[in-house]
Formats: sequence, C-alpha cells, structure tokens
Amino acid sequence: MVVWLALLLFQQQILDLPETERNPYTSAADVAQGKKLFGGRCAGCHGPNGDGGKGANLAVPQLANAGTDRALYRVIRYGIPETEMPGFLMSPREIWQVAAFVRGLGRIEAGPARGDAVRGAELARGKGGCLKCHAVGTEGGRMGPALSDVGAKRSPAHLRNKLLKPESELPDDFRLVQLTAKDGRKISGVRLNEDTWSIQVRDFSDKFHSFWKQDLVETKVEKRTPMPSYQGLMTGEELDNVVAYLTSLRGNR
Amino acid sequence: MRAWMLLAAALPLAAQVSHERILNAGREPGNWLTYSGNFAGHRFSPLDQINESNVAKLRPVWTFPVNSLQKFEATPLVVDGVMYVSEPPSNVTALDTRTGRPLWRYRRNMPDDLRVCCGQVNRGVAVLGDMVYFGTLDAKMVALDAKTGAVRWETEVIDYKGGYSVTVAPLAVKDKIVIGIAGGEYGIRGFLDAYDAKTGKRAWRFWTVPGPGEPGHETWEGDSWQRGAAGTWVTGAYDPETNLIYWGTGNPGPDWNGEVRKGDNLYSDSIIALDADSGKLKWHFQFTPHDVHDWDATEVPVLVEDEVRGKKRKLVLFPNRNAFYYVLDRVSGEFLLGKAYAKQTWAKGLDDSGKPIRVPGTFPTVEGVKVWPSVAGANNWYSPSYSPKTGLLYVGVREAGSIYYFGEAEYKKGEHYEGGGFRSVPGEEQWGAVRAFKPATGEVVWEHKLFSPPYSGLLSTAGNLVFGATSEGQFYALNATTGKALYRFQTGGLIRSNPMSYLSDGKQYVAMALGNTLYVFGLE
Repeated sequence: MVVWLALLLFQQQILDLPETERNPYTSAADVAQGKKLFGGRCAGCHGPNGDGGKGANLAVPQLANAGTDRALYRVIRYGIPETEMPGFLMSPREIWQVAAFVRGLGRIEAGPARGDAVRGAELARGKGGCLKCHAVGTEGGRMGPALSDVGAKRSPAHLRNKLLKPESELPDDFRLVQLTAKDGRKISGVRLNEDTWSIQVRDFSDKFHSFWKQDLVETKVEKRTPMPSYQGLMTGEELDNVVAYLTSLRGNR
Repeated sequence: MRAWMLLAAALPLAAQVSHERILNAGREPGNWLTYSGNFAGHRFSPLDQINESNVAKLRPVWTFPVNSLQKFEATPLVVDGVMYVSEPPSNVTALDTRTGRPLWRYRRNMPDDLRVCCGQVNRGVAVLGDMVYFGTLDAKMVALDAKTGAVRWETEVIDYKGGYSVTVAPLAVKDKIVIGIAGGEYGIRGFLDAYDAKTGKRAWRFWTVPGPGEPGHETWEGDSWQRGAAGTWVTGAYDPETNLIYWGTGNPGPDWNGEVRKGDNLYSDSIIALDADSGKLKWHFQFTPHDVHDWDATEVPVLVEDEVRGKKRKLVLFPNRNAFYYVLDRVSGEFLLGKAYAKQTWAKGLDDSGKPIRVPGTFPTVEGVKVWPSVAGANNWYSPSYSPKTGLLYVGVREAGSIYYFGEAEYKKGEHYEGGGFRSVPGEEQWGAVRAFKPATGEVVWEHKLFSPPYSGLLSTAGNLVFGATSEGQFYALNATTGKALYRFQTGGLIRSNPMSYLSDGKQYVAMALGNTLYVFGLE
C-alpha cells in the first residue's frame, strides 16, 4: 500500500522519532550491518566508503545536517527537504546501524587539499568558461545548474569526474533537447519542464520557448549534455584548482 | 435519452436511496449512487451531452477547495441535486450541485496518534436510505443524516492503535454497509466487515487472514498469520445474480521480508468472493502468492459478460498491480486468462492455473534488487473504467521499476512493520499510458502515452469519451474509440482521485478532485 515515499515519510515523523538521544546500536556487529545497509541504499550517491560522490562527503568530523545522533537518525529516515537526499524505510535498529557506520566514517582523516581555489576561480571565469553557463551567486549564466553551493553537495572526486566525463551521469533537469517545429524552426536548448502535451525550453541565446507538442514534428531529449569535457583542455594542476574552487562554494549552507 | 433526463429531474429532492435504485443505477444516470457508479465497477456514465464533438468547449463551472493539504482522493456521490464528498482527514460535506454551495458539513476531531502509512486520505462515502456512510482514520464507521449531516450512529470497526485505519469508500449492498480496512504496513490482521445500515450493528466479518482451524491457515508459518495484513482498502463490486461481493485484498505483512511469513500467505493479494448476506467465502483467487514486493491486489474488480473461447460467461476483469491482466469466471473463480500488460521482470509467465512462474533472484535483498514493475505497480487503487458502449476496458498503466530492499521485521503493536523498503531506479525514465483493452483477450486496441506514470482513475461515458488526469496536474478527455486527446485543463495539483459524472438542472457535469480542490466541469 506504500504509494509515495515523501508523503509517507512526512506522515509519521512525529510518531517515529527515536526515544533516545544517543545511538543505542554501536557495537562492531552493528557497524558491520550498517555498512551492509549503507552499501545498498547510500553508496550509490555517497560512495561505498562514504567519502562522497553525487552525494555529500560523509567522512568528515562534523556533518552539517546531522550534528547529533537524533538529527542523523532523522536525516536517514526522512531525508533533507528540498535536496536530493531522500528518506529511507528501515527499522529503527537498522537506521541506528547505518548511523553508527556513518559516524565511524567521521574518524577518517581528511587528506591534504589539492589545488588552489583562488586560481581555480580565475580559471572558472576565464579559460574554463564555466560561468558562461553556470551561476555562482548573482554572477554567470543559467544554461546549466547553479554552482553556488556545489561544494556542499558534491565531492571533489565527483566534480573532477564530471569535468572530465560530463556524460557519466545525466541530471533529470537541464536536459539537452532538440525541437523541430511544424513551421520549420529548429530549437536547441535545455529543458525546463515537460508534460504529456507541452515542453518548455531555454535556448542557447537565453531565449525562453514554450510549445504545445502538437505544434512540433519532433521532440528529441538527448542522452548527452552541452557541457564540454575538459580532458586535454586543462592540465592536471588546472583541474585541481577548479575542483578546489568548486569545493569552496558552499552557498548559504 | 430525453426520457430519463426528465425522470431524473422529476425525482423529489433527497429521496430515499433504496438498494433497488443502486442496483439499477444505469436507469438514473443523472445521479452517481455508488463509488464506481454501478455495482459492476464500471465507472461508466450513460450521459452523452458532453461528447467528442463539444468536449473541447468544457470549462470549470465551480470548484470546492478542501481545508487540508493531504491528498484528496475521494469520488463524490450525487443524489437528486446534492453532492456528498469526503475530505481529508475524515470529514464530509454536502454540496448543492447547482451552485457548489455547502448545505452542511460534518467535521471530526481526530486523535494525534493516527496510524496511516500513506497520507490522511478518504476515498468517499456510501449512501443508502436517508443516510450517508463513511469510515474514519481512527477506524470508526459513521452514519450521517443525508439531510442535515447529524450523526445517526457511530461504531468502532476496530481499535486504531493496532495500526488500523479506514480509508476506503464503503459499499452499500441490500440492507448492509460493507467496509474494508487499511494498515498493511503495521502488521494488522485484515478483514472485510458488513454492518446493519439502520443500527450500525456488525452483521458479519470475514478475516482475510484465516485463523487456526480455518482453510488457508496452513499458508502461514508459525504465528505469522496474526500480523498477516491483507487489508481491504479499495471498494469492491457486487453481482446480484450470484449474490457475491468481489473485493481485492492487500499485501501480506511485513511487505518486503517474506522470511518471517513463509508460505503462500492466503488471502493476501487475492480477490475474494463473499456471500453478501453471510460474508462466507465462496471462492478466492490469489494473484501473487507469497508477495515480497508490496503488490496489493486492491484494484477495483470489473464485472462484465463476454465470450471466452466461444462461450458467453460472467467475468471479472482484474488489471493487477503486479503487471498481469487477469480474466476470471466470477461464478466459480476459474482462471481464464492472464498476461503481462506492462514491463515486468519478476515472472516468466503464469501457469495453467494462473500461478506466476517466478524469475529467480527477484526477491528483495539487503543490498537491493531491481525489479519491474515498481512498488506502486503497473496499476494501483485508482479506478479503471469499462464502457459497455465501446466494449473496452480502460486502464491507467504505470511503466516503472523499483529497487527493493530486504530488512529486519520486528513486530511492535501499532508501529511500522515493513521489513525492508524501496527506491526508484536511478536514471530510469518512467512513463505511463492509458490503454484500451478488449476485456476477454486483454488485446490492446489503443494506447495514449503519458509523460509520467499516472496515479488517477478513469471515467468513460456514452459521449464516447474517457476522462482522467495526469501526474503533472492536467485533467483531460480522450476519444474512447481512438485514444485521441480532445481536451485538457491544467490545475497544477497533485492528482490522486477518480472522475465521475452527473446531471444538475438536466445538464451534464464531470467532477474530479484535482489537487486539493474538487472541480466541476460543464459546457455552460
């Protein structure tokens, strides 16, 4: 009967909060089971070792959204509203076991930071051309996702991979589309929204288009992205600098 | 058509709704007397004022917003110019169909420790005699005076603290009100109840999980039957000739951990045929034995007469959440046909008795396993529609998969008891469709693609139309013969409901809960 995770989770938040403030399941066996559960549900985004991917790096001493055990329990069970982090259906003990594993990650020492964020910022504005399509604060374009808080959401390894292989993971939004209208016009841009009968697109000259699909002869949603690969366009050191800059962008979080 | 229009208009206001009137609902299409429009689960309106030639001119005539941000899933009923609609969490309002003005409101104080898995929802009311009946999230059943909204009687179905709730629209049959139970994520033991319409005294209860000594009990290992779930949270159908009530049952509990309930787990994920007077089981058919994917068989059974292999038979059609389309003989329960109607990866097919032949490695695991259809299924509680005019069955089909997880299952009274979980398949482009099936063969006659899987039901009409709504907020009308889209209206809401149709002042309207507002569309 479970129909819609978000609503389901909202429903029971008050009933399901743990009675204890501190994690009662922290034995070696609990951590081992937590690692297994983490592997199935969390590793896809946070990486098998929790040091980040599409999802945040959890191998840090202090988790921004989960300062206390109770807060961490809440994040695992219900997710973080208005972010990509969903909640997960598990028994209270299983949630605590995942929490125990995640807390264990926090004791991994962070490696020395590579790259120079100041030089990275120059590259992002200049040679890299990142800000032509991406915004940081009020500066930059809007053909791609804003980067103002990308450092809080994505790990350095994930960012580096995206710069080298932008097509490795396509987002649901900002999908590249090619439209051919009945009047012969061809429009290429990013998809802002779509439904059964209509589509909304921003083209590469920053112009907004809205179509009823009945007025189109073709709607092609590409399995690629307009973002170029920086493989060969930047040196390894330059890439390190850009990644350092992006990692420093934490928005208002 | 004129003759019955006049008849409908001439009926006295708030007349008694007898069993015979509901039985012959097709003769007074100006009203909508029961959840699915008739006892056969058709959700078909014989009205044709709104039709393929003029539906493009449809527009909202009035709206009624509910006082809640919970999902608004109700089908309104209309009796002689008055509309009865239930609202979340467990309220009822009577509306004047001419103006949309409330005539009375019933408001209920709810406890703050409700046990509901999937929203504080209610799918509608039943009417019989001069009363309006509905169930509540705190598992009570209430009878209201149809003229005033005053409580005539109230009775406890069961203690809600055990994880029980009522979300289903009751079914009024003869002198009884049949009502189901929800709570499949809380380790309940499911049942279907009937209450005396006049007094509220319980007439019978059929446990959907058999107790010790009863047939089917052996399909539960140990004492797992006590928490076997098998809710009954979607309104069933009734055939006066067989005198049987046909009702779908929900998932076994816990949802994704089958280790703690080894066996076929009867009568979960089944259709049960019960004698309307005694509640005794005549036959059953289990679609998904030992389900571990939460594929409740809580869909609306559709009763039709059609030819199967050269012989005219009384059938029940069942497009199941598990992605197979079933045709059964509704007198005997005999399996006649079963075939996949959406992407599925869990069964190689069905054997001659209709049992699925499972694909190994599709049970949930701790690490997660990818299986189609999704946890919400290829179909769900929202209604299909059968048009006797086109002879087609219309179904909103969901094309999506899920990753299913196995987890521990420790029962504590009134708490979640699920034994795992699920998530969507990363990168999967889910989609949906309205498909028109030939009832006896399951052959697809046409398909109208939808951008994403739908979560709302369909209404077909004698105007050769199929009404429905998308997951992006649009109410729409399709040509019932071809599937061509003829009308759409963007409401911007999250839609989880079913459309219906009726007459007011002799003019046809179509009503549907769209987002948190009830919309009434007409041609004026």
